[in-house]
This record gives sequence, structure tokens and C-alpha cells, in this order.
Amino acid sequence: MSLAVEPKVDSEIAAAKTEPVRSWPATLHDWVTTVDHKKIGLMYIGMAIFYLVVGGCEAMLIRWQLFYAHNNFLRPDTFNQLFTMHGTTMVFFMGMPILIGIGNYLVPLMIGARDMAFPRLNALGFWVTLFGGLLAYFSFAVGGAPAIGWFAYAPLTEPAFARGLGTEFWCLGLIVSGIGTITAAVNFVATIIGMRAPGMTITKIPFFAWTMLWTSVQILIAIPPLTAALVMVMLDRDFGAHFFDVQNGGSALLWQHLFWFFGHPEVYILILPVFGMITEVIPVFSRKVLFGYEFMAAATMAIAFISLGVWAHHMFCVGMSRMQDVWFAVASLLVSIPTGIKFFNWLATMYGGRIRMASPMLFACGFLSMFLIGGLTGIMLAAAPFDFQLSDSYFVVGHFHWVLIGGTLFGTFAGIHYWYPKVTGRMLSERLARWQFWLLYIGFFVTFGPMHISGFLGMPRRIYTYEPSRGWEFLNQLTTIGALIQAPSFAIFVWNVVWSYFKGRPAGDDPWDAWTLEWGTSSPPPSYNFASIPTVRSRRPLWDLKHPDDPDWKYE
Amino acid sequence: MMATTVLLALAESQAENLSIFDPAAPPSQSIRTLSVLLFAITGLIFLLVEGILIYNLVRFRKTSAGTESEPPQVYGGQPIEVAWTVAPTLVVCILVLVMTRTLWEVDVTASQPKPGDHALFVTVVGRQWWWEYRYDTYNGRPLGFITANELHIPATTDSAHRPVFLNLQSADVCHSFWVPRLAGKTDLIPGQSNHMWFETRDHGLFLGQCAEYCGTQHAGMLLRVVVDTPEEFEQWLKSQLAPAHDDPDALAGKKAFLSEACVNCHRVRGTSAAGTYAPDLTHLMSRETLASGLFPNDAKNLERWVADPQQMKYGCLMPAFSFSEARRKDIVRYLTTLH
Repeated sequence: MSLAVEPKVDSEIAAAKTEPVRSWPATLHDWVTTVDHKKIGLMYIGMAIFYLVVGGCEAMLIRWQLFYAHNNFLRPDTFNQLFTMHGTTMVFFMGMPILIGIGNYLVPLMIGARDMAFPRLNALGFWVTLFGGLLAYFSFAVGGAPAIGWFAYAPLTEPAFARGLGTEFWCLGLIVSGIGTITAAVNFVATIIGMRAPGMTITKIPFFAWTMLWTSVQILIAIPPLTAALVMVMLDRDFGAHFFDVQNGGSALLWQHLFWFFGHPEVYILILPVFGMITEVIPVFSRKVLFGYEFMAAATMAIAFISLGVWAHHMFCVGMSRMQDVWFAVASLLVSIPTGIKFFNWLATMYGGRIRMASPMLFACGFLSMFLIGGLTGIMLAAAPFDFQLSDSYFVVGHFHWVLIGGTLFGTFAGIHYWYPKVTGRMLSERLARWQFWLLYIGFFVTFGPMHISGFLGMPRRIYTYEPSRGWEFLNQLTTIGALIQAPSFAIFVWNVVWSYFKGRPAGDDPWDAWTLEWGTSSPPPSYNFASIPTVRSRRPLWDLKHPDDPDWKYE
Repeated sequence: MMATTVLLALAESQAENLSIFDPAAPPSQSIRTLSVLLFAITGLIFLLVEGILIYNLVRFRKTSAGTESEPPQVYGGQPIEVAWTVAPTLVVCILVLVMTRTLWEVDVTASQPKPGDHALFVTVVGRQWWWEYRYDTYNGRPLGFITANELHIPATTDSAHRPVFLNLQSADVCHSFWVPRLAGKTDLIPGQSNHMWFETRDHGLFLGQCAEYCGTQHAGMLLRVVVDTPEEFEQWLKSQLAPAHDDPDALAGKKAFLSEACVNCHRVRGTSAAGTYAPDLTHLMSRETLASGLFPNDAKNLERWVADPQQMKYGCLMPAFSFSEARRKDIVRYLTTLH
């Protein structure tokens, strides 16, 4: 294990990066057949960024249609297809793959393993996820994407209401990519349980690995019911079954329960790994050990468990009994307790530290300031009677974008800016990163802030146009302008990633003076990760090496 | 004169009011009260947490690259962890208690209709993409007529509460009934009956629209609730209960209407048109709007609609019938007599 702090020169990075020069078919063959967790992780991230651009373009089309009342830019069906695919894409083909990809790259490095537990299964998982996404998009080629909304409420998915093959391809795509997600989760659980470096007991694992473990547990519990429900939709559509066919004794509510039993844990699947990344970034850039590791770890578990019992808070308006409403409202409000614990521990970690505002910390602070707001509007939505007004309004659209962009996306950018030097051996441009951050931060407020207000003023979600007399036009125009401010931020990010790969400042193995195992190997890491498997005595093995006089294991 | 026109235009362009913070009925008022508490609590948490964050960033930001030593490492502290676990728990307890009380205020079980209760019972059937209203009973009196898209209700007065109980059903997919100033939304779900309730003292028009995505014209499924004085409402009931107006001048149009496919879907009480799939047209002209609140209901728009509904409300389930112009005009002439 090297601890070299002096940066490598360009030629060394080039040598580590390219190995022997190969022809492009050989390179392609290498990537297509690889079982290396790092390459698979990068392919996941590449897939996610591709779908981020696709889903982003769909969002821009949606926003342009809503710029004016009675706008005729898109036909109603096209609009409905676009918001269906925008939601589906961002959740299934962007959100989960980017987190699974980052986890794939980092978990073995962080726990001192040479690969994931099942490398071939890992490759299968990626390819299946990728082709699942392509399958869902193939619907555009067979007469149009489904226009059913990403939660596809029955009986709108029945053949009588959703004609055409779009819904079939959507179901197939999600079933197939769901198999990929499940294989990834199995792999994470096996890897994290079984392949930790000697000395790394379960209470000493890096926090990001801990959150990936619980995310994987949630995936294993949440995705199978979705798969089952999708199979039921296909049986209804193609084999004459009547699960959701109300006229023949089926149940519309059954779908809602099955879907949200997946759909709510899904929200936490998309946020727990980000909590993990933030929990890695904040200590390193505050120069302090994480405050209250045990409470943070317990809070993660608590969120994973409680979130399995809150699903029907998406269904307060379906006419449940008052006792059911109370149950799901209480369960939802309970989630705010462990989330609050996390916030206070992050802030306590920063308190008394020596904070470096490099780009990862900048994005982490963006996460803290924004995710808080998303959490607080979540408390409003969890209070069932207030939800009777807010549910399915633009307030909800503002809320979950605040959580998923303010939370998941900002946190993921913090992680990407933090680990990019490890992956490429070069630093991202700080100047471009700052442009990216501020455009995203400001654009984000202008886009999603007004959505809350249009919700208060009675604007329901998923409408392709609205009456000019409603007084929603100005708010919608602000939202669209906000989206236009955000768009260049993503372009800057992609440009920064590409430019820095070739021209970035050499990073060295440990540019942030960090403490977890991945910074102890070279940048980029060799295919076997570690020349010799390290032995670990505390949660910060590199701190122990750098401070032999005052190691962590004395205090843990 | 000029000034009046400008003022009128301004009044016209003034935004309609659908704000959940301007409630006009007990359920929406209870919800607003709850929301004040929620805004207060979340606002305080917001100020506290963002305040600490900003304080941290200002106070502990590393300014010079000089100092190399690490700050003191603090691994945690049980008392403070317990403190910030218990504090949010207490806040949650308060929220749950207040929320439960509000829930019991908003979600009232419908009583059984009986004479002298002044209560109106209406069955609402959501359809792609319009609203069917079946008036069941008022003040214990069975009604039994059907209308569409404009819900008339009586106002509560000092002399009597006039609660409105809606029995919500769907004929096809899920919809949601949302008139923000009267009550929170309740979904209309095929295969089950949901219930909601409100009453109001304010006369006039309350707007809303379908809040659950229901297909192509989800955006074109607008809601209009007209609150009449009790006398106006009685008057309106009387006119709705009457059979269809039979104007001898529109006989040609009536014959055309009854001999075309119109009758498969539409009903005109007292004629052989007995369709149940589309809006009841018995008193069509008593409604202010067409196509579920999208257009003013006048002869011009009716003629455009009969000529090609898809031009006006793309995707709606009524096709264009390619009538000859004369026949179309006859039919529209007949429709405009259905007061």
C-alpha cells in the first residue's frame, strides 16, 4: 500500500491508464467482456449520464410546452408520453444506475477487496440494466412511448385505455432492468458482508459501504413486488387476465399498493447512498472524524426499515380509513427523526473543523442546504390532511425534485468531484466546477421554487396545458427559465469530466489527504486494486498510518 | 366608457382564485389551520439548521493554507445524540396529535339522508374526460336527475347548515375531485365509492380540476361548483327536474338528433335518446360551459363542437360525424332549445 503524496507526472498516469496501446476493436472487446468492478462501475455511470441527458431533454420539451397557457408546441399525447418517460428514465435508468455504478467502483476499494463477490453476475447486472433501458425506449419505435405516468396507475394501463405496444415495452424494460438492479444488490450484500479486509469488522466499515449495504437490502425487498406487479400488467394486457381490470372484478387499488410498496423504498434507495457519499466528504473536508458514527449507522438502518412501512402516504386521497391515514402519516413522520439525527451529526462534524471549500464540499453544502428544504416539505406532505390539498399538485412536483436534485443529484456531484481524481488520476477543474455549482444552484431555485406556489394555487401535475385565466402562467415561465439556467450547468459538467481526463492537473494517489482505503492505492487503481490486502484497525485506516502517534483505534 | 371597458377587461383578466389558502368551507379551513402550524414548525427547523450550517461555514472555514495541524478529533457524544433524537421525537408527537384532530374534522362520515336535514347528496361519476353528477336527494327528498360538469349546491345560511355529501365513483380510470377552496382532493376510483363533504356560506363559482392523471385530456377535465342561495337552488332543482323543453320550431333538428348516432351516447329525458355514455343533454343550455369547463356554451361553440369535437378537445371520446351543414345547423338549433 503506497501513501505517496507527491503527484505523479503525466507519463506515469498515461502509463497506468492505457496499459499497452490496443486497437479499438480490442478495447471494445475488453470493455464488453470485462468483469472488473471498476470498469463495470464506469459503464453504469456512463449509461446514467447518457440517460440524464435524454431525460433532461424530455424535461426541456415539457417545460417549453408549459411556458405559455394554451401552448400548442406539443400534442397532448406527446406531452403525456414525455413526462412518463422523463420520470421512468430519471428513476430507473439514471438515478439507480449512477448510484449502483459509484458503489460498484468504490465498495471493493473502500473495504479492501480485489473485486465484487460475483464479478460475472456484476457484468450481467450492468448489461441487463442497459438493455432494459433500451427496451423501454424502443417503445418510441413501435408507435409511441406509453402515456401512463411513471407510476402507471391501473386501470389506465389496461388495454382498453392504453392502446399500442408502448406499455408492453415499458413493462418489459422495467422487468429486465429490475433483474439487473437485483443482481447488483445481491452482489453488494455478499461483497460487504463477506469480503472486507482483515480487521474491518462490520462496525468499522466506511460509511458509504454501510449505506450501500442497506440500500441493497431495500432493493431486495422493494424491486420484486414491482416485478410481480409488472408481470400482472402484462398478463392483463396480453393474456386476458383481470388483476387490474375493474370491470371484471380486478382491483385498481391493488396496483397502487404494489407500486408504492416498491415506490417509497425506492426514494430511499435513491438517497441512502448519497447520505453515504456526503458522510465521506464532510469529514475529509472539515478535517474531522465523523461525529457519532454509531448513531449515524443506526439512523441509516432505521430509515431503511421505517421506509418499508410508509408507502400508502402516496395514497392519502384514495379513501382509506382515518386509522390507516394516521398509521401511514405517523410512520412517514417517524422517518424525519433518523434523518434529523443525520443532519445534526453532519453539522457537528463540521463544527470546530477546518473547512476546505473545494468542489466536493461545495456540492455537499449544496446538498445540506437543499435537502433540508425537501425534507421539510416532506413533513408537510406526510401530514395527511394537508396532503389532501397538496397531493398530485405541483407542490409535490416541487417537493420530489427538491429531494432528488437538491438531495440525490447534489450529493452525487459531491461524490463524483471527490472521487474523480481517484478514477482518472487527474483533478477536475475547480473553476468549471464552481460555474457548474452556481448555475445549478440558482437554476434549481428558480425552477422548483415556483412549482410549490403553483401547487398552492391549485395547479395539478401532469397537465399538458392550463387555462390563461388561472394565474399560473408567470410561475410556469419562471420554472422554464430556471430550467434554461440549469441546462448549461450539465454541459459544463460533461465538458469538465472530458477536458480534465486529458488536461487536468495530475492528482496523485491521495489529493484530498483522505482516510479511507481507496486513497491508499494508486490513481487510477490497478485492476487488482491492492498489491497486498491491507489490514485495518479502525474506521480511518489512512489516518492511523498518517498519525501513528494518535491512531483512531485507541478511541473506537 | 373607455375606462369601464378597461376595468371590465382587467376584471376579466384577473386570475381566478383556486388558492388553498383562501378556504371557503370547513374542511379547507381546517386544513389551512393545520398548515399554519406546519409552516411554523418547519420554518423554525429551517432557520435553525441553515443557521448552524452558515455559522459553521463562516466560523470554521479554512482561510490560509498555512496551518498544517489537524483540528481536535471529536468522535461523538452520547448526551447530545440523545438530545437531538428526543427533540425531533417531541416535535413529531405534537404534529401527530394536531394532524389527527384535523383529520377527524375533515374526514366526516356521511349521514343517511332524512327529511329536514337540508343535506344534498350527489353521486359524482368521473369519466374520460368529464364529470357526471347524479342528484340523489336534497333535504330528504329523492331527486334522481343527471347532469354534467357543473355542480350546483345550496349555500349554508344562518337558518340552516346545508352540507353537501359527494359519493365519488369512476366509470373508467382513476380521477380526483379537487376544488381547492372547498376541500382537499378525494380520488374517484373504479370499483369503489369514496366520500367527501363540504358546505359553504359563500355564493358564486368555485373552480378546480381533475387532479389524478387520467389520460389524454387530463388537463381538459375542469371542475365548476356553483353555490346558489337556497331559493336559487330550489329554482334550479325545479328546472332540472322538468322534462326536456320541446320547442316546435326545432322539430327538424330534434328529428335529426334522434335519428343519428347521438342517441347511442346522449340522453334527453322524455325522448328516445337514452344513452348513458356521454353527458345528459336534457337541460344542456342551463350550463355555462361546454367540454367540461373548456368553452363558453353558446350556439357558435356548439356548432364547432358538433362539426368536429377533436378540433376543440383533442382525444375526447366523441368523434366528428360529417353531417351536412344543414343537418348540423338543425341539430344545433335543437340543442340550443334545451333550456
